[in-house]
Amino acid sequence: MESVIERIDKGLFWKFHGGIHPPQMKFLTSDKPILQLPLPEKLVIPIQQHIGEAGEVIVNVGDDVVKGQPLTRSTLPISVPIHAPTSGKITAIENATIAHPSGLEELCIKLIPDGKDTWCERTICPEYQQLSKAEIIEKICNAGISGMGGAGFPTHIKVGTTAQINYLIINASECEPYITADDLLIKEHSSAILDGINILDHLLEPAFILIGIEDNKPEAIKALQNATQGIDKIKVCVLPTQYPVGGEKQLIMALTGTEVPSGVLPTSLGIVMQNIATCFAIADAVIHDTPLIKRVVTVSGQALEKPQNVWALLGTPVEFLLNECGYPQQEKKHIIMGGPMMGFSLPNNQVPIVKTTNCILAPSEAEIPNDNQEVECIRCGQCAEVCPSQLLPQELQWSAKAKDHQQLDTLNLFDCIECGACAYVCPSHIPLVHYYRVAKAEIRQQQLLDLKAEKAKVRFEARKLRLEREKLAREAKHKKAAEARKARMNSGTPEANNEKSAVAAALARVKAKKAQASAEPTNSANPSDDASSEKKSQVAAAIARAKAKKLAAKDNNSIAEKPPAEINPVIIDEKIEEKQTLDPAEAKKAKIAAAIEKAKAKKLTTEAKSSTSSEIKTETVTAPSPADAKKAKIAAAVAKAKAKKQQAEQKKEIQLSANEDITSSIKDEPIAEAVTDKKARIAAAVAKAKAKKQQTESK
Amino acid sequence: MSIIIAILVIGVIGLFFGALLGFASIKFKVEGDPLAEQLDALLPQTQCGQCGYPGCKPYAEAVANGEAINKCAPGGDDTIKKIADLMGVEVQPLDGNHETDNTPKVAFIIEEDCIGCTKCIQACPVDAIIGATKQMHTVIIDECTGCDLCVAPCPVDCIEMRPINQTTRNWQWDLNSIPVVQLDATSQEKEV
Repeated sequence: MESVIERIDKGLFWKFHGGIHPPQMKFLTSDKPILQLPLPEKLVIPIQQHIGEAGEVIVNVGDDVVKGQPLTRSTLPISVPIHAPTSGKITAIENATIAHPSGLEELCIKLIPDGKDTWCERTICPEYQQLSKAEIIEKICNAGISGMGGAGFPTHIKVGTTAQINYLIINASECEPYITADDLLIKEHSSAILDGINILDHLLEPAFILIGIEDNKPEAIKALQNATQGIDKIKVCVLPTQYPVGGEKQLIMALTGTEVPSGVLPTSLGIVMQNIATCFAIADAVIHDTPLIKRVVTVSGQALEKPQNVWALLGTPVEFLLNECGYPQQEKKHIIMGGPMMGFSLPNNQVPIVKTTNCILAPSEAEIPNDNQEVECIRCGQCAEVCPSQLLPQELQWSAKAKDHQQLDTLNLFDCIECGACAYVCPSHIPLVHYYRVAKAEIRQQQLLDLKAEKAKVRFEARKLRLEREKLAREAKHKKAAEARKARMNSGTPEANNEKSAVAAALARVKAKKAQASAEPTNSANPSDDASSEKKSQVAAAIARAKAKKLAAKDNNSIAEKPPAEINPVIIDEKIEEKQTLDPAEAKKAKIAAAIEKAKAKKLTTEAKSSTSSEIKTETVTAPSPADAKKAKIAAAVAKAKAKKQQAEQKKEIQLSANEDITSSIKDEPIAEAVTDKKARIAAAVAKAKAKKQQTESK
Repeated sequence: MSIIIAILVIGVIGLFFGALLGFASIKFKVEGDPLAEQLDALLPQTQCGQCGYPGCKPYAEAVANGEAINKCAPGGDDTIKKIADLMGVEVQPLDGNHETDNTPKVAFIIEEDCIGCTKCIQACPVDAIIGATKQMHTVIIDECTGCDLCVAPCPVDCIEMRPINQTTRNWQWDLNSIPVVQLDATSQEKEV
């Protein structure tokens, strides 16, 4: 460990692999102070601005909020709240386009400032040493601080580590072109930054604190050196300018000579890194009780009239910042959030500034030409030379194009920090980083799908087991019940005997019927036709009756005035609404009826779909059937009534004649009765046959 | 004499190795069908039954026994390719009868229309629908495999398949929507 410090004292540093020297372009903004902006007309505050989970919204639309009031509450450890950047009224909590390359919408809180900028109550606490570590960490969490360098990892988790820390590294290198936000922050607020560093020192108790800063910021270096004068623990390390020395692993390598292996957190090597802007925010939060509601944003690019660093409230639309810095309206809209190397193009100018936004770039046409056509890779190998993660960019690119996820994994795609150095040096203008981003997203998606498939498999197997178990249980139950019945029947009590005899009688009946059925066709060869046809017509008549009954029932029901096929959901809905106003019970009935109707309608449609003669079929079931059934029923009823009448008359006659002449009547009676019986039967059969005919016709 | 000895020696050797093989076949017997297991691991586990088999595992077993490899509609061409690689056969296009769009979907129950008939619950292969008789049912989105099996049994047609919402978490980078951002060093230096 000593040797590291000795080397740093001598101004010697390690060199990380690769790296490039793109044009700095920092002169556009580095010499102007940070501008205080007026309040924007509206603020759009995304509820999630960090890695992890979003908090729970604790304000409502229409609420008046004061500056610094929390708008969400963190419910999970890996979640930080957001705060009102100024006082005003909440006008909406809805989805809006957020600062993400996809341009997708996420939940945002919209705030219209009232212009008063009223603060919430704060307790200033300069004696932070008096607080316990847990209290300070809670303050940092409640202030909503997440890493301000770009990744946005919640800070309270990083500083809450219990590991033994050797080096606390403060990242002030700001290696990306154009961006000068940290540079200006150091120049103007070095004492506050020192407070923040001291708080981190108090929390983490590292052996040494190393501030890594590139040598292209002489004024900031001087400010830091002045602020840290006489503190042996803090070393200001001036590194040679090289992109991307600001990457976490690269800065650790450059300062300590330790290479962070793939998949290992720096914490486990005794190293914690914090961005310098985060240190400022920590000092504000712990000492001044000010939550993270604003940050320095570099608004730069040659399309602007006055590029400048500004204090931007979180949630400020990008358009407002551009207008403040003189963005001409006629320019072709091509705005980049973040630096030119790692940033992304914005979908529109209404995207809000979030905690991780360090730069808004409005380049002129000459600065970032868009006409570079991608051509084939010429295997020059320059990309591999500049890769700071020592990967093989061209091989990665081929595998990414071929979607060979296994090979990408072997090539350690997930160690790529997407710095863009490979794409920068590529003579074929291959947008390498984009291929990696696509491949990374695909692999992540595939991993999710694999997890889901595994879960589905387990659930499917579990369900199969459960069904099997239930089946067995049911069988066992039935068996048990049957055994119990048997035992009861054999118990010998009078009841059991009764039951037994009843069962025996039933069995005998069934046997007799069977015998009859088998005997009939042989005995009556001739009337077999009649019998079968009669049976058929009987069945038909029964069906017709059932249908008619159904229809009658439907007629009574106010909902089913129309045939089911004609009822459409709208009518049902109306009916339901009407009914609901009457009384809940009826409404329920109506709802059930509606559901039944729907079910019927569905059945009909499926039937119609399945058969080729769909129209005819629906018609038979709906329109003509009621009429037919009614007719048949009437005919049957008439026939029955006639038969009854005849029988009654016949009986009367018989009775009368019996008084007059008993002997003749004795002779006549059976004949007459037989005749009437026959007549009635014929009439019924005719009616039934008619009914059947009608039905077949309608079919 | 020497011929008899030779026959005896060869015979003894033959018997010995026969016994060895017989022992090995009992001792190192492989439980289940390893190929079917491997195939099952490749299938998407939607348990949708579109292949004509009641679940992914039965289809995997069928493929191991010579069934066509191109019947998995949810898996699509990717799965067919993986199966073809594993089986060492030619890649086939997806069976025409099973052509579906592959956008991931989940079932959604329109709750005001649900009559609580539990038919969908019985149809769900992964128990992703909760509810009880005459109680409203709902789908556990995280467990739903989007297999479509609950849609047909619903007597009131209150289940529909909805595509999964795109969020920043499942968003796939679209190269066409992002212009390539690259700093042109040469033009910069000239201007500076």
